[in-house]
Amino acid sequence: MISVSGLEKSFGRLHVLRGVDFEVGRGSIFALLGSNGAGKTTVVKILSTLLDADAGQASVAGFDVRTQAARVRESLSLTGQFAAVDEVLSGRENLVLIARLRHLANPRRVADELLERFGLTDAAGRKVAGYSGGMRRRLDIAMSLIGNPPVVSLDEPTTGLDPEARREVWQAVRQLAAQGTTVLLTTQYLDEAEQLADRIAILHEGRIIQNGTLAELKQLLPPAKVEYVEKQPTLEDVFLTLVGSTEQS
Amino acid sequence: MTTSTAIGIPRTHFVSDTAVLTRRSLTHIARSFDTIVTTAVTPIAMMLLFVYVFGGAISAGTGPYVNYLLPGILLITVASGISYTAFRLFQDMQGGIVERFRSMPIARSAALWAHVLTSLVANLISIALVIGVALLMGFRSGAGVRAWLGVAGILVLFTLALTWVAVIPGLTASSVAGASAFSYPLIFLPFISSAFVPTATMPGPVRWFAEYQPVTSIVNTLRALLAQQSVGADVWVALAWCVGILIAAFVAAVAIYRRKAA
Repeated sequence: MISVSGLEKSFGRLHVLRGVDFEVGRGSIFALLGSNGAGKTTVVKILSTLLDADAGQASVAGFDVRTQAARVRESLSLTGQFAAVDEVLSGRENLVLIARLRHLANPRRVADELLERFGLTDAAGRKVAGYSGGMRRRLDIAMSLIGNPPVVSLDEPTTGLDPEARREVWQAVRQLAAQGTTVLLTTQYLDEAEQLADRIAILHEGRIIQNGTLAELKQLLPPAKVEYVEKQPTLEDVFLTLVGSTEQS
Repeated sequence: MTTSTAIGIPRTHFVSDTAVLTRRSLTHIARSFDTIVTTAVTPIAMMLLFVYVFGGAISAGTGPYVNYLLPGILLITVASGISYTAFRLFQDMQGGIVERFRSMPIARSAALWAHVLTSLVANLISIALVIGVALLMGFRSGAGVRAWLGVAGILVLFTLALTWVAVIPGLTASSVAGASAFSYPLIFLPFISSAFVPTATMPGPVRWFAEYQPVTSIVNTLRALLAQQSVGADVWVALAWCVGILIAAFVAAVAIYRRKAA
């Protein structure tokens, strides 16, 4: 669904991408892993036609990002690094707005279905300004799904979220892939890639230095040694137990 | 209107997209109606101050001073109103929602036009409020429908011109203060014009500036229309300024918007 080859991009003298290649298969979750400033967002912006590449090819759903930008914008939905929601409007109004911009026949019904699916029905009429971080993110992802784009790109979807909200977002992403949407996920959290991704590519100094399934990546290191370690609960386990969090269905 | 790009397919719906986004920002101003009231408060306060405090000492021809003053006050209203346009656009740029719109299959300039049309509506409401107060203060005009249409036309053109000026800081500012500070000089421009006192009383260089800056010709045109006098050459100078500023600001704003994209 996504094909990238030889992608290069510089900002002034800063050579951010130095030849990036990867492929993402239909209906899979592909994680682009890298530290801050590795160029993950640049890749996403090129794929969503917000930026032009200096060199190389990129296509989404078979459409070239440079020559068929309008088609690409119909096929790929972007969820940027900061939840791009309208704070003054209610959750439902945000969804209706995007549905209208996608020229759908029945914006209200589309909105109601997504509110239901993302567990936002109770908060639907409230202004987004009063939403928690996790709710905003879920709304943001719901907005990206309007019009059923075959590809959704999530740029660091859990940065700045608390552990509970992260789990809510992970759940939403899994649901997406289960319904056949191709997901391009960028993250700097290793556990996030480990939890969600079918394939993981590591972007480092402008190139993909490794690309494979989690099992393949693990094989790059010497075989596991067997050690007996007492299983201690992590602070996250403790926190989630204390605040009584259960995974949202 | 359907636009098409060179390659691909391209069904962007400029008019319907702009309408949807305009409705969105009109909802914003409806939910913060105080911004419209604040826009009107400063000009109304100035009008009260000038009519009831300074007015007695100002000789500006026959008729009530409020009649003389109102056109300049209306321009001040627009100049303060557009700072909210810059503010709203700045908020959108910061929040990432503009990026979301740009990554969607919608007409790219629709996001800007929506703000411009919203600015027009908000300013016209503020102007109506100010005229309402002026009427209570004794403003009267015997102008007919055509003259009022002329007044409305010039105010709309002036608002559009200044709104496109406001789009520039809205797109480029790096802080909220920066996004709205540009309007202060615009608010004070009418003071060095024929808005409050006839330019003939001013010393040489000041008078020269006052007579050749845009506000004077616009104020004189509005005043003549409201007083049922001949507008003379002022109307052409006023229109030339408005259209000139409009075109220059529009071209600059659209170029900046495109560059921000790339």
